[in-house]
Amino acid sequence: MAEQLESLASPLNTIQEKWKLLPAFLKVKGLVKQHIDSFNYFINVEIKKIMKANEKIVSDADPNFYLKYLNIYVGMPDVEEGFNITKPIAPHECRLRDMTYSAPITVDIEYTRGNQRVVRNNLPIGRMPIMLRSSNCVLTGKSPSELAKLKECPLDPGGYFLVKGVEKVILIQEQLSKNRMIVETDRKGLISCSVTSSTHERKTKTYVVQKNAKYFLKHNTFTEDIPIAIAFKAMGVESDQEIVQLIGTDARTMAAVAPSLEECHKAQVFTQKQALRFIGVKVRRSRWGGPKRTRVEEAREVLHSTILAHVPVVKFNFRLKCVYLALMVRRVVQAQAQDRVDDRDYYGNKRLELAGQLLALLFEDLFKKFNAELKKIADQTIPKPRAAQFDIVKHMRQDQITNGLVNAISTGNWTVKRFKMDRAGVTQVLSRLSFISALGMMTRISSQFEKTRKVSGPRSLQPSQWGMLCPSDTPEGEACGLVKNLALMTHITTDSEEQPIQRLAFNLGVEDVHLLSGEELNSQDSYLVMLNGNILGVICDHQHLIRSFRKMRRAGYINEFVSICPNHEHRCVNIASDAGRVCRPYIIVTNGRPMVTNRHIEELTKGYRAFEDFLREGLVEYLDVNEENDCNITLYEADITRDTTHLEIEPFTILGVCAGLIPYPHHNQSPRNTYQCAMGKQAMGAIGYNQHNRIDTLLYLLVFPQRPMVKTKTIELIDYEKLPAGQNATVAVMSYSGYDIEDALILNKSSVDRGFGRCLVYRKQNCTLKRYSNQTFDRVMGPMVDAATRKPIWRHEILDVDGICAPGERVQNKQVLVNKSMPKQTMNPVQTPGQQPEYQDVPITYKGPVDSYVETVLVSSNQEEAFLIKMLLRQTRRPEIGDKFSSRHGQKGVCGLIVNQEDMPFTDQGICPDIIMNPHGFPSRMTVGKLMELLAGKAGVLEGKFHYGTAFGGSKVKDVCEELVQHGFNYQGKDYLTSGITGEPLNAYIYTGPVYYQKLKHMVLDKIHARAKGPRAVLTRQPTEGRSRDGGLRLGEMERDCLIGYGASMLLLERLMISSDQFEVDVCGECGLLGYSGWCQYCKSSRNVSSLKMPYACKLLFQELQSMNIAPRLKLVKYNE
Amino acid sequence: MADLEQIRTRVTLTEHEVINTHSTDFPGNYAGYDDTWSLAKFEEKFRVNIVSLEGSELEFDMVGIDAAIANAFRRILLAEVPTMAIEKVFVHNNTSIIQDEVLAHRLGLIPIHADPRLFEYRQEGDDEGTAEDTLEFHLNVKCTRNPQAPKDSTDPDEIYKDHKVYTKHLKWVPLGNQAELYSEGDIKPVHDDILIAKLRPGQEMDLKLHCVKGIGRDHAKFSPVATASYRLLPEIVLTEEVKGERADRLVRCFSPGVMEVTEENGVKKARVVNSRLDTCSREIFRHPDLKDCVKLNKLRDHFIFSVESTGALAPDVLVCEATKVLMGKCRKFLSELDAAADTEQQNLR
Repeated sequence: MAEQLESLASPLNTIQEKWKLLPAFLKVKGLVKQHIDSFNYFINVEIKKIMKANEKIVSDADPNFYLKYLNIYVGMPDVEEGFNITKPIAPHECRLRDMTYSAPITVDIEYTRGNQRVVRNNLPIGRMPIMLRSSNCVLTGKSPSELAKLKECPLDPGGYFLVKGVEKVILIQEQLSKNRMIVETDRKGLISCSVTSSTHERKTKTYVVQKNAKYFLKHNTFTEDIPIAIAFKAMGVESDQEIVQLIGTDARTMAAVAPSLEECHKAQVFTQKQALRFIGVKVRRSRWGGPKRTRVEEAREVLHSTILAHVPVVKFNFRLKCVYLALMVRRVVQAQAQDRVDDRDYYGNKRLELAGQLLALLFEDLFKKFNAELKKIADQTIPKPRAAQFDIVKHMRQDQITNGLVNAISTGNWTVKRFKMDRAGVTQVLSRLSFISALGMMTRISSQFEKTRKVSGPRSLQPSQWGMLCPSDTPEGEACGLVKNLALMTHITTDSEEQPIQRLAFNLGVEDVHLLSGEELNSQDSYLVMLNGNILGVICDHQHLIRSFRKMRRAGYINEFVSICPNHEHRCVNIASDAGRVCRPYIIVTNGRPMVTNRHIEELTKGYRAFEDFLREGLVEYLDVNEENDCNITLYEADITRDTTHLEIEPFTILGVCAGLIPYPHHNQSPRNTYQCAMGKQAMGAIGYNQHNRIDTLLYLLVFPQRPMVKTKTIELIDYEKLPAGQNATVAVMSYSGYDIEDALILNKSSVDRGFGRCLVYRKQNCTLKRYSNQTFDRVMGPMVDAATRKPIWRHEILDVDGICAPGERVQNKQVLVNKSMPKQTMNPVQTPGQQPEYQDVPITYKGPVDSYVETVLVSSNQEEAFLIKMLLRQTRRPEIGDKFSSRHGQKGVCGLIVNQEDMPFTDQGICPDIIMNPHGFPSRMTVGKLMELLAGKAGVLEGKFHYGTAFGGSKVKDVCEELVQHGFNYQGKDYLTSGITGEPLNAYIYTGPVYYQKLKHMVLDKIHARAKGPRAVLTRQPTEGRSRDGGLRLGEMERDCLIGYGASMLLLERLMISSDQFEVDVCGECGLLGYSGWCQYCKSSRNVSSLKMPYACKLLFQELQSMNIAPRLKLVKYNE
Repeated sequence: MADLEQIRTRVTLTEHEVINTHSTDFPGNYAGYDDTWSLAKFEEKFRVNIVSLEGSELEFDMVGIDAAIANAFRRILLAEVPTMAIEKVFVHNNTSIIQDEVLAHRLGLIPIHADPRLFEYRQEGDDEGTAEDTLEFHLNVKCTRNPQAPKDSTDPDEIYKDHKVYTKHLKWVPLGNQAELYSEGDIKPVHDDILIAKLRPGQEMDLKLHCVKGIGRDHAKFSPVATASYRLLPEIVLTEEVKGERADRLVRCFSPGVMEVTEENGVKKARVVNSRLDTCSREIFRHPDLKDCVKLNKLRDHFIFSVESTGALAPDVLVCEATKVLMGKCRKFLSELDAAADTEQQNLR
């Protein structure tokens, strides 16, 4: 012992560069591993389970008929080119041709045709959209050069789908975990325990509630709550003693349960039969007929398959369910005694649903529908006498499953009838604004919680989210805290088999629940063992169980993602192997020493070792949130004590992808980091190596993107340096002119001339040529030629001979891009066959205040339309006043002034800043990280290296400043500047140095709007609204109030009527109704008709009122009377 | 009195701010000083001393002049001395991945070796140009595969030909009588190894470029200097003797060569050697015991100019050109003044 203590006291030699485990981890798993793993599990494993669960179709019409699925496969993505000819397809072609990247789902079946038994293999039943970089994607396992041949970016993470040419991401959905008890207080302050059971068949929620000191079973299928004792009796536990024993025999529990037992006597229910009859009356009957059943049968059926559906009931043996129900009651009693309920927001109680699981739900639904349809066809067709034998294969239609999947992904509406699930917005279009925005989207988690409710609980940062979710990356506003992002090392588990775990548990001394009575289950010296929320049995030495279980896991005998942890309060051990738990890897520490040593890291660096080897050898293991709570984890080796069980790999991994870009984030005020997370996604830069091959609706690129001077480990890991989004600008923190107030920036004109902040904007124009039902079709004509000059008219100037604009041409406003014309008659057949149909011009024209250039023209076809013409238009923009820029610290600002270089201040070396930033941006924002970035950047420039600003680490300010001094600069980074205007020195020393600046997508050119006169809306004759329609600028209620208050009545009249929708009407003085042309149709006279001016909207109102049988009458008085 | 002299002639760097930044020696501002301007006095005080002239870099001292005038030189050098730069790019073909506008921008920034003094400004709206105001270049590059490349090579330099477009590919095409006036070597890009674009087999560019005369205020590409700036001559004054270990520390606070330690009778003493070399890092203020021993000054009227030419003209020529521009401005100003006086006279009459 003394020896041991001594060894503990000796200084630990730290593991050098243990962060190198991180790239190794990411190499294996990639940044979007959770999506890809989940999808792979679905198409390789889950889909087979779904098929197994629905494998047989029988017909009511013919008892001999059956169809049995033998196997199911998802193939490789291909495209149908004509009848029965398919060719493999690459994702990029799908993107360009607006197609779906999908693979056929084929099945092997065995069925009867007449009296024959037939086996058919590889029958397609539909198509499955394939996730990019999943196991069935053509891109997996390809080298960068092979990817380049497929026009794919090697840095693209994959994990999304291509549906109709659109990149769609299925967002990670966060939910409360299923099949777990949760104790909470309801609105009335009463404690209840609820379980959401979810099986392949259905999803139901069961409660045990307390009312008037009695316990009840509550469920949607019951019209009223069932006293708990009756529920027990209905499930076959007839003796009161046994009920109490199951729930618990300690004095407190017995006292709490006693009143509930009386309920039986009140209801005169003593036997199972009586109890079932009692319940049967209270069962809500389903509306559809179904087989006729008695009340008792109905009650038994409900208890069997609806109440606590996830607890298995074999042959109506309700034993396990009773134990489970008793445990629920016990939990309520316990919670009452301790006055403590479970925390819903605790992250161990959450499960994340990924693409694979969501698609599995959808697919099972569609597969069931497909089978039901087949059954219906069989039922209908078999009785009919037919010439040919009934062959079910001929009735298998592919489009139902295909369309179901494609529509769900493309609209984001997830409707699963049997779960009563109807979610909208499950999928989103992958944002390709910048590389980071695409990555950020792949790690996004959306919560099922409604955004409108004003509660802070689910929105606030939970301590249990530590290391799993990024603490900074969440949007502001209504979705704040509900939309989250994964941290860098988070992994999400997929399902793993329960049987081996069960077997192992029994071998390790767990006593089977079926063999035990209530007294033994609730014994004071044993722990309950739960597997995925179900009771497995009882263990005496739970510590031994946990210890050996973990050893087995580390040795690789069971799946590394299975977690085990005790809950001392509930006296149980929870084993979890279900899908959707979040977990992350840790270094294992034993006897005060980390298992990973320098030797291991060395081997890793040399490439002898991969991350899997660390896992396999038990040096590193995954911990989920629940197991984390049973561990003692240190951040640094120096903090290791004897109780330490795990060591963090690197602290900066608690941040996500977006927050990982920020240098020195641990020195910033926390909301600033959150702002930057939102802004990093709007920054322009490079989006992928294939950016010039893509034709996106809108694409922003920076002409000369740069790597940041101050980088972080995360930046290296996610390859931000290869696809950067910003430029290193020399910033002087000082005031200049008056155009820098409110965060405005001053730009150096020479810098702008030389390419700072220059960006490219690409916009897509689409055109399809359709073929109509009457055999007519759209056509594209060549340019129209001016008769006099023999040259194309101005509008057609840029057209090629084929009628489509030529690449490289400059397009001006209102010029034609595609000279398309459409037949006037598209529905009815053309009268005379020889006659040419009449055409009408429907040109695609360019609209925009600034000219564009035609980058590329793509002529292709998609699945439906014969022709698809896509044009990519390009603009190059230099920064101008009003363009938005931001540093990486949530400090956004617009350009307030562009100043000539000679007017800018300069240092003794002649360095002129690119940007002048007002120092008032600092005191209230407290972005110390930005100050540090500047210093580190400056030192890096002088030294010729990149400094690190990694979170919780990075280059130290002291070292950086020392470096500055060595190069003859001031220690504080402040320089002596000379004014460029007066030529005299500035009084203050100015903080100058490089800071990484991002150009954000918001540019004045896209927002600039003014109008004098212009279009009006047809209905009201008022000016149109909005920039896109060249609308007017509204003089709204508040502005109107100002004018009223000021008394400017004539201005008011002018603004609201004369300049808007003035209309002259004829009003009859007699009847007060509107007339026209000096004639009143009501009075049939023109005697008293006078003309006056009113807003057209007012006249419209009168007419609309008249149409509703309300007569608005105007009383006319001569103003001089 | 010494203080007053200090305020008049020195800019002082203190720990947290620069004081006496403005020149205050206006006539009548100080009692006992005659600050009226006279040519004789100016001629006596003013001197220009060329420190170094190497290649495209020039360093010279300008002493005895007001900051405003020195600044005027700097500003004119940056923005008003004309040079030739590519202004119009006629793209006949460009199949490279670089966009036409970006390519044109890159081409524009290439410094062109041509004497702008021999050219006129191009008239506004003139697209064609004449021999007097335009230089024409052609850039015609096509990338091909190298048939002699080793089979297993992946080096682009080996497997492709002409895959990098350099400034050396720019070909000058004389317009009009330009061939007689200028020889082949006169008109060319300053550097022939500036990378313009990269190509891959099958890609080509065929461009016609027009160079015109312009000034830096219009666009930075016309600026004849990479940078032109000045700094004031630093002056380091030891206010007390610094000895021993403190002397060592003191010397280390300044740039190398500014101070040295001398040993006198076994006592180390710090001495200012060449304050001109100091970068004014103000390191001294981090040593509380030393900061009062030294006064950091800068001479208000001693400007150390550094001019870095882009290569079109030699830096010394540029300074002369800048002087001419300034003289032109003065002349214009004077004539404007005269004209104003004349009109006033007429009005009076």
